[in-house]
Amino acid sequence: MINSNILSLKNSRRLNTLIIGVFAWTVALLIFFPILWMILTSFKTEIDAFATPPQLFFTPTLENYALINERSDYFHFAWNSVVVSFGSTIIGMLIAVPAAYSMAFFETRRTKSTLLWMLSTKMLPPVGVLVPIYLLFKDFGLLDTRTGLTVIYTLINLPIMVWMAYTYFKEIPKEVLEAARMDGATVAQEIYRVLLPMSKGGLASTVLLSLILSWNEAFWSLNLTASAAAPLTALIASYSSPEGLFWAKLSAVSTLACAPILIFGWISQKQLVRGLSFGAVK
Amino acid sequence: MSLSTVETLSSRTTGSQDASIVSIAKKNARVSRYMVSPSVLVLLLWMIVPLSMTIYFSLIRYNLLYPGENEFVGFENYEFFLTDEGFFAGMGNTLLLVGFTLLITVVLGVLISVLVNKAFWGRGIVRVMLISPFFIMPTVNALVWKNLLLHPVSGVFAAVWTFFGAEPIDWFTHYPLTAIIMIVSWQWLPFAILILMTALQSLDQEQQEAARLDGAGPWALFYHITLPHLARPIAVVVMIETIFLLSIFAEIFTTTGGGPGYETTNLAYLIYSQALLQFDVGLASAGGLIAVLLANIAAFFLVRMIGKNLTEA
Repeated sequence: MINSNILSLKNSRRLNTLIIGVFAWTVALLIFFPILWMILTSFKTEIDAFATPPQLFFTPTLENYALINERSDYFHFAWNSVVVSFGSTIIGMLIAVPAAYSMAFFETRRTKSTLLWMLSTKMLPPVGVLVPIYLLFKDFGLLDTRTGLTVIYTLINLPIMVWMAYTYFKEIPKEVLEAARMDGATVAQEIYRVLLPMSKGGLASTVLLSLILSWNEAFWSLNLTASAAAPLTALIASYSSPEGLFWAKLSAVSTLACAPILIFGWISQKQLVRGLSFGAVK
Repeated sequence: MSLSTVETLSSRTTGSQDASIVSIAKKNARVSRYMVSPSVLVLLLWMIVPLSMTIYFSLIRYNLLYPGENEFVGFENYEFFLTDEGFFAGMGNTLLLVGFTLLITVVLGVLISVLVNKAFWGRGIVRVMLISPFFIMPTVNALVWKNLLLHPVSGVFAAVWTFFGAEPIDWFTHYPLTAIIMIVSWQWLPFAILILMTALQSLDQEQQEAARLDGAGPWALFYHITLPHLARPIAVVVMIETIFLLSIFAEIFTTTGGGPGYETTNLAYLIYSQALLQFDVGLASAGGLIAVLLANIAAFFLVRMIGKNLTEA
């Protein structure tokens, strides 16, 4: 009697798991579908891409990718994206980590308001300062340069980086640092030998988020670059005014633009899932 | 650990050592103050320099089409901007865009993250698929949705509609703002899922088990245990998404260009079009400052609502 009860309980649990699984897979496939569809379309001929009803099965072709490379120099744009994303992330971390360190471990009365003020600079709509920045960039010869874009990305991501690093440092017990200090460690040693190893995971997510945000940023890149420093976001936008039917090519160039960061994201998703809490979890 | 090391350790923290620890701490505190300053300084410059230029431009006549006529006009630009029909449209659209996207992403985000928090086959792959849209750049996102999914003739949505015997919808002609909200929600839903999923991992399993043994049903569990646990992460999602959604630009730029009429023009796009399409820098600057002001009001309330909650780590 008891045995059969447990058995049926087990069975109903198994059924539950199955239902949840099927449901979760359906939701995930629906959400992932646009990306899948974009990748599929990139291997279609233009005629197949425009077919009604849309075709799930077709003879794949690589011609779009070949044409993309002829029409626009993909690697030029991709390289700009890489340089600007990594450049701004590295500089940003160099400024943000010390700031977060001192905010987390040497809190003063002003620390919290400073932190919130930093975040509030992100609330400024970029259009509010577009014209002055454009004019300043023109005067300093920074228009359409990678340096200029790197500076902007560093500034717009800095508040989030400081905040994230701050929340990770907050989790480290002060006693650990005090112990290092008693052993005569300097501030630099304290950060480099104790703090960084202990918050590796959190800082890695900070770096990841900054890379993703920079790679995908599209306001400043569209308005401050033309060709020399234009990253992939700008390349895609140049495909937005259609000259006839060219959705297969659009899909191909989109796939190329997203592939690096998408693969990067997939590899590091465990890190992101664990680290991206913004101090929301105690 | 031997007894003698314990003794040495404890003796180190007493007596004369105390003074030197205090002095080291003082020195470090001083050094640390210099370590905040680069961040504060660059952000201060980033705010003050362009903002003061914007204030100046907003008070003069400054149209790139009429160079040299830069006389002081007082608040004329503000008057123009505030009475322009685009302003109210822009305000309304901004609120609708932010409000609905927040609603959709938070509600779906909670449901989906609770769903995938259970164990089932292939959970890892499901998670990867769920967060993937977050990695897609907004320009790609917008173009893929516009041309491959929402297109009234060859789009996937049209095919689904036809399959069920309905007339395909021309989204960007008849429901342009809805289309934009769909696009933006798709982009930000993974962010909500990501944060809420992380938060659920720290949910106390024993507490849940205890509640279940006390006879709490799944709904009661969700309402009394899961939801309160998610309050803080939801606040984080709302805050960060609001920051980004207030200045949505690329999605509009690459799909509708603000149209038809002003139907998909948010404040950000309105100011952009005045500055770079109509070349009226004075007007755009006035608009920019009004947008900054409105964003600050929003920020004030957001910080009131959740900021306190967040820094109390």
